[in-house]
Order: sequence, then C-alpha cells, then structure tokens
Amino acid sequence: MTAPAKTARPRLLGDRRTRVLAYLVLAAAVLVGIVVAGTLAQDAARTPHLDAVNKGPTAGDWFGTDRLGRDMFARTLVGLRLSLLVGTTAALASTVIAIVLASLSVTIGGWAETAVNWLVDLFLALPHLVLLILLAFALGGGTRAVIIAVAVTHWPTLTRVLQAQARQVISSEYVATSRALGTSTFRLARRHLVPHLLPHFVVGTALMFPHAILHEAALSFLGLGIDPTQPAIGILLADSMKVLSAGMWWLAVLPGVCLLALVKLVDSIGENLRSILDPRSYHL
Amino acid sequence: MTAVDTRRVPAARTVPGGFRWGRFVARRALRLVVLLCGVAVAAFSLMMASPVDPVRAYVGAEVTRLGPEQRAVIEETWGFNDPPLTRFLAWAREVVQGNLGDSIVFNQPVVDVIAERFLTSLALMIAAWSLSAVLGFGMGLLAGYFRGRWVDRVLTWWAYTLASAPTFWVALLLLYVFAVALRVAPVCCAVPIGAMADEVTIWDRLHHLILPAVALSIVGVAPIVLHTRQAVVEALASDHVAFARAQGERGWGLVRHRILRNACAPALMLSFASFGELFGGSILAEQVFSYPGLGEATTTAALRQDVPLLLGIALFTTVFVFIGNLLGDVIHRLVDPRVSLDGAR
Repeated sequence: MTAPAKTARPRLLGDRRTRVLAYLVLAAAVLVGIVVAGTLAQDAARTPHLDAVNKGPTAGDWFGTDRLGRDMFARTLVGLRLSLLVGTTAALASTVIAIVLASLSVTIGGWAETAVNWLVDLFLALPHLVLLILLAFALGGGTRAVIIAVAVTHWPTLTRVLQAQARQVISSEYVATSRALGTSTFRLARRHLVPHLLPHFVVGTALMFPHAILHEAALSFLGLGIDPTQPAIGILLADSMKVLSAGMWWLAVLPGVCLLALVKLVDSIGENLRSILDPRSYHL
Repeated sequence: MTAVDTRRVPAARTVPGGFRWGRFVARRALRLVVLLCGVAVAAFSLMMASPVDPVRAYVGAEVTRLGPEQRAVIEETWGFNDPPLTRFLAWAREVVQGNLGDSIVFNQPVVDVIAERFLTSLALMIAAWSLSAVLGFGMGLLAGYFRGRWVDRVLTWWAYTLASAPTFWVALLLLYVFAVALRVAPVCCAVPIGAMADEVTIWDRLHHLILPAVALSIVGVAPIVLHTRQAVVEALASDHVAFARAQGERGWGLVRHRILRNACAPALMLSFASFGELFGGSILAEQVFSYPGLGEATTTAALRQDVPLLLGIALFTTVFVFIGNLLGDVIHRLVDPRVSLDGAR
C-alpha cells in the first residue's frame, strides 16, 4: 500500500529484503514466545484463586481475573497458544490439499479438472460457517473435530488460485517440450509444476492462517468447538458474554484484542513473505 | 471472514452478438438442481456419520428412563436401523415434495421454522447488507480518490484491521459499550422482553435491530472498501480521466461523471457474492444479541442435535447463496454490458 519510492536514498537498515527478513525473524520470535509462555502458563490458567475473584484490571495486572479467580493473562496466553496450534495445523493441511488438487487436476486435465471444479463449487455452495457447523456436528465436537473441520474447508479458494497458476506453467513451452520427450505426467507435476507452486505453499499457509483461527474461535464461541473447560479464546469470550451485562468488560476486551493482534501479526508475516517470494504480486 | 479475496470478481469478457437470457436461466436452474443434490447427499452423509444417538436427540434427557422395548419401538417407527441409502431415499422423497420433516427442538415443521426465522433474520441482514455496501463504497471512494494521503492510509488500515477482527468479538464490544455502559440500546432479542406481539411498535423493532445490524455490517465492509479503492485508483489512471482533467474537470464532478460508474461494479458484485459470509456473520451476531433469527436457530439445532432442521438449513442456505451469486452476475451484466454471463460459471 506504500506509494512508489521517489528517490533511492540510503536506508538505515539495508534494503527492503533485509528489512522484511528482520521483521519476519522478529515476528517468528514473538510466535515462539507465545507458544512457550502458553505452555508455561497452563497451570496458572486453570488454578482458581477464590480470594481474588472478578478482579478488574489494575496497573500491575491488566487482564484481571474471572469468576473463579483464574488469572486472565495466563488464560489468554494458553488460548493464544491453542489458536496458534489449531490454526497452523489447519492452514498447513488446507494448503497441502489445495496444492495436491490443483497440480493433479491441471496435469491430468479432463475429468480430473471437472471433478475438482465440482468439488470446489460444492464446498463454496454453503455459507462457510454452516459447513463448519455441519462438519463439527458430524465429528461429534471437541478439539479434534474443530481442527479437522477447519482443515478440510479452507482449500477451495486457494485451489482456484493455484489452478490458474498451474495452467500457466503447464501451457508453457518447456513443459510442452518435456511432454514431447516422453516425460510421464507424474514427473511433469513433480519436476515442473510443484517447484512453481512452492512459494504459494508458504504464502498460502500464512494467509490461510487468519481464516483458520477466526473460524476456530467462532465455532468454540458458539459452543460447537473446543471443549468448554479449555481456555481457548472463543471459550473465554463466550464465558465473558454471560457476565458482560454485570459490567465485567475486561474479560471480553483484552483476550479479543490479543486474538486480533495475533491475526494481524500472522497476516503481516504472510504479506511480507509474499513481497519477497513473489515480488510481482506485491503491488497488486 | 477475514482477509480479502478477489476470486468472485470475474474478468470482464466481451461477447460478440446478443445475449440469450433464456439459455442463461436454464443453465443456472440446472446448476442449482445439481448443487442441491450434491449438498443433500453430502449433508445427509455427515449427519449419518455423526456419533449423536438419534433416539436421544428425539426423546431428550428422558432417554435414561427409556426401556429397551420402548427404544426398539422408536427405532422401528423412525427407521433408525435401516441402511443409510434407504433412509436417504426416504428423506429425499419427502424433500422433493416440499416436506423437510419436523424440527425436534421447535416442535414445528422445518419449513415453518425456516420461513418464520428467516423473515426475522432478513430484516437484520438487509439492514446490515445495505449499511456495509453504502459505507464500504463511500470509504473506498474516499480512499481511492485520496490515494497515498492520510485519509487513504487510515481507511485502508481500518479495513484491514476489521477484516482480522472476530465478528462476535466486535459484537460483544458494541453490546458492552452501547447496551451496558451507555444504556442506549437493548441488551437482547428482536422485541422488548415480555411485550405482547400487538404492542410492539415498528420503533421497538428498529431499536432492537440497530446494534446487531451494525455488528453484522462490519463483516462485509472491508472487502468492499479495498476493492472499490482499487477500482477508483484504476479509473483515475485511465486516459478518459486524464482527458477530463485536462479539460478542467475536478473534485466531486470528476468522481461523479468519470469514476462512479466504473467503481461501483466491485462493490455490487461483492455485496451479492457475500450472501454466504452475511449468513455466517448473522449466526454469530444473533448468538451475541440473542436475536431470534435463522442464525440463532442454526446454533440451537447443532447444539441440541436437531438433524431435520440442520439438513433443512443446509439446503435453504445453499439456495440463498446461489441467489446472491445469480443476482450479482445479472446486475454486473446490467451495469457493464461487456461482461459475459455464458462463460461465467
């Protein structure tokens, strides 16, 4: 979204590539920090302190405590860790599905392409949340059900993007030459197609991630996802809703802000990765 | 829900010759039928795969007091032990005749539940939908016209942030600020609590509608802002705008005469193509505000294992999303006659 640079002036922190890489390292460190802190906070997030229930935020403790005196900061950290794990698993799985379907359908062509197109259409026919609810219901709820439901519903849009990309590669001259020399379909896909799609794998996963964690949080919020005794962000917010009219705003505000910040962080990682892995798409 | 994808804005294609509406309608109708069949099979298989005990879902908490003989009678009556294909065919035969079965939770035919609940949701969705279209288009126009200036940066940042925010959390914040802290909006429901149906005024309904509608409109605003901004930027860079500028046209006149029509296509397309997200958002918004619409019924049906209602909602929302896409394509074609509907799938 930046305006084109007017003149090349010497930068304090090197060129764009260096700055993006530095940012990525920093962002990755924050993510690792969340996972570590979330793991360490597991006990604190579940231990009730009945002498300190419903404490509002203070200068020393911004997050306050809930109706059982559990530390909301610890609960938020554990929730963010859970979101990260669910989001990463689901986004990775979705991207793998998208790459496999896109490269298979384009290299085989014909019936395979028709079949994949129909599958994509079928998955996009229902509102996404309704599809997730049906899947979570079919899998009986719980953390495993949420991960599976989120993982198997996020591939259709990426598949379409990758298909367009793959068609370009397949119709190029060197692929035609390779085909004429008798290269098998599988080898074509592996040698010529997948290397082109790999940058999209990284970027696609990072950009899929926000969708995945927001849908996980939504399902948990509705009570159809993660087990309500777990401190997931969706569960924390659903709990906070019950006491919101009693004025306990801190239970809702800060966990939500943290989730928003996590989503924006990963989204920016995706955008930055795209800017160095796929420079042509950067200005779109 | 978050981030923005451009896939629903098909590339403009030129069509030689006239356009055959009849063929278009026939193709789309066929497509809807095939999609519905696909969704019916998929949704029914999912319900079959569910570990939920159908007898328990039917009887409720009293299932523990049910003897094995009574259980057998229920299973026999409802055909719970039949092979899945037999059960699917029995259900499909009724569906084709317009009978979606009875909702367990609401104790009413599914068709009636959906009709009644959808009308309640419709008010909410129309309000939110128009709000996000108007706001999004306005902000996109501003951001695009002032590209690179602070107005653009603030609006673009705001749109990206909204796209990353969980809908239900934004709804919770609105609920807290306006209903709990400021006390200017009701805390829940579509009508005042305990009021008789004939006592409810249109003002009451509107008053209960504002907060959920604002919360729901937030889902759709961000993509419209970003796509409209892009369209405005492109239009501003075109030769015809350069020519108009050279003739001295500027400001609002330039926007109104040279840009508005080009820039409204993405907003229109996205608004119609986002019926699915709109419904998804209404599930969450209705949960937060206890608004008794179809979204709330969806959550209830899933939580209380009301399989007939869930299946009905799956079929109904498929039609809903389909109609949105159809309207989007048709209106896009009317705005921009270069667009082909034959090729657009």
